[in-house]
Amino acid sequence: MKLITAVIKPHRLDEVKDALQAFGVHGLTLTEASGYGRQRGHTEVYRGAEYTVDLVPKIRIEVLVEDADAEELMDIVVKAARTGKIGDGKVWAVPVDDAVRVRTGERGPDAL
Amino acid sequence: MPPGILTLAADKVTLSPANTGFMLICSALVMIMTPGLAFFYGGMVRVKSVLNMLMMSFISLGIVTILWVLYGFGLAFGTDSGGFIGWNGNFAGLSGIGLTELWGTSTIPVYVFAVFQLMFAVITPALISGALADRVKFTAWALFIALWVTIVYFPVAHWVWGEGGWLFELKVIDFAGGTAVHINAGAAALGVLLVVGKRIGFKKDPMRPHSLPLVMLGAGLLWFGWFGFNAGSWLGNDDGIGAVAFVNTQVATAAAMLGWLAYEKLRHGSFTTLGAASGAVAGLVAITPACGAVSPLGAIAVGAIAGVLCGMAVNLKYKFGYDDSLDVIGVHLVGGVVGSLLIGLFATGGVQSKAKGLFYGGGFEQLGRQAVGVVCVLLYSLVVSYVLAKAIDLVMGFRVGEDEEVAGIDQAAHAETAYDFAGAGGGTVGRRGPALGEAQTKKVEA
Repeated sequence: MKLITAVIKPHRLDEVKDALQAFGVHGLTLTEASGYGRQRGHTEVYRGAEYTVDLVPKIRIEVLVEDADAEELMDIVVKAARTGKIGDGKVWAVPVDDAVRVRTGERGPDAL
Repeated sequence: MPPGILTLAADKVTLSPANTGFMLICSALVMIMTPGLAFFYGGMVRVKSVLNMLMMSFISLGIVTILWVLYGFGLAFGTDSGGFIGWNGNFAGLSGIGLTELWGTSTIPVYVFAVFQLMFAVITPALISGALADRVKFTAWALFIALWVTIVYFPVAHWVWGEGGWLFELKVIDFAGGTAVHINAGAAALGVLLVVGKRIGFKKDPMRPHSLPLVMLGAGLLWFGWFGFNAGSWLGNDDGIGAVAFVNTQVATAAAMLGWLAYEKLRHGSFTTLGAASGAVAGLVAITPACGAVSPLGAIAVGAIAGVLCGMAVNLKYKFGYDDSLDVIGVHLVGGVVGSLLIGLFATGGVQSKAKGLFYGGGFEQLGRQAVGVVCVLLYSLVVSYVLAKAIDLVMGFRVGEDEEVAGIDQAAHAETAYDFAGAGGGTVGRRGPALGEAQTKKVEA
């Protein structure tokens, strides 16, 4: 199994969610996050005083998938989240040893 | 303000129910400016001291109201003595005034005039507080207000508006408070600042406004209340001058907002909310002395000039290194000076006063008078405010301790915080907290 984590722009959330559902992903976890990448944050101006705000709002989506689906799902997320502008985010996958469905006790891929 | 004399003006002047009603409404409008100012300032400070900022304005409603009734009205508007101060025993405690006794040659009762002027006295020291955000002791501030209105505001109001006041006699035009209110408060802010010093972290830590919607709400309330401030200052509208003041107030404020925003767009690249609110207030300040003396076109000029100049002035604090936290000097002192001096250029001679400005063929005479008013009030307020603040600092300390300042004054001075960020359930989500009421019960038992 793999855990796919995507940090994306908040306004692309609906597109990513729809794309995951269309692929057949049953569930996901969503967190409001903040951070910055290469572009850093943005500048705000108050009566001429400039403040650099490093951390900008992001959405973090986590999905557990089977190994075979991981590659394709990452592509789907990237396609749905992309605007072409700076700050679009990142997607990565890490191996997961095991998973348990809390209600039934099913383990591994059955728990997904 | 029209001239006021203390004897009953019996000759044909009678109480006007229309003007009396109008002036009571105007008084209420001026009252709302102080809470408006509280929100205007409150939104601009950080979360940890917003309540203190609100309280610094609100407390003026308490302290100044009582002092005004006890002796303030008498000092400001009693019988003149030497051009510098007034007194009238009947005004002490507002105890010797007849219900229908009229104010001077006006058509409104003395009581109405007294309460209208009270609202001016309330907001003026509150204006100063913006320069001192986040760092002064509430008790020291309360004491400062009481002393400052007594030694600075009441006399200056007498100079400018009192029959026999020396600036009044000099024919300095201040329709609704450019010198007595705004220059006075702005100069006082500078005086106190020199004693109190900068906030910890000034120019290093981000000190962004915590709520621009509050700032906009406050600016909106100020704009609304300012119609009472300006249009009411003719004490009635029998001759249409109050209406001119009303129109000029609206026009100049609009022009100033646009002027500030244009400057900001050119200089910093954005039309900001804070810029719109600040520009509007700068315009209100600048038109205050001039709104009875200029035409609506003149008011556009006054507003636009004030908007741009005040927008430029707020950067001075970074250049000179003084921490005028919310730009009381940049907006109120500079705006007041600009408006007062522009009367010397734009006065038409056909409205409040026969005096004509430079652009209307009046030469430099009125400009010179205005400059005398500006400089004298500025210097008096600056010096006396500095001395007062220094005295308070020596006796009890004007500033809060470093730890309180860093943690925020709200909790230390008021035992409250403005916002509950603990989320749903008041911070007990995911863990079992004490049952509601348990803490209070324990306290009672102890």
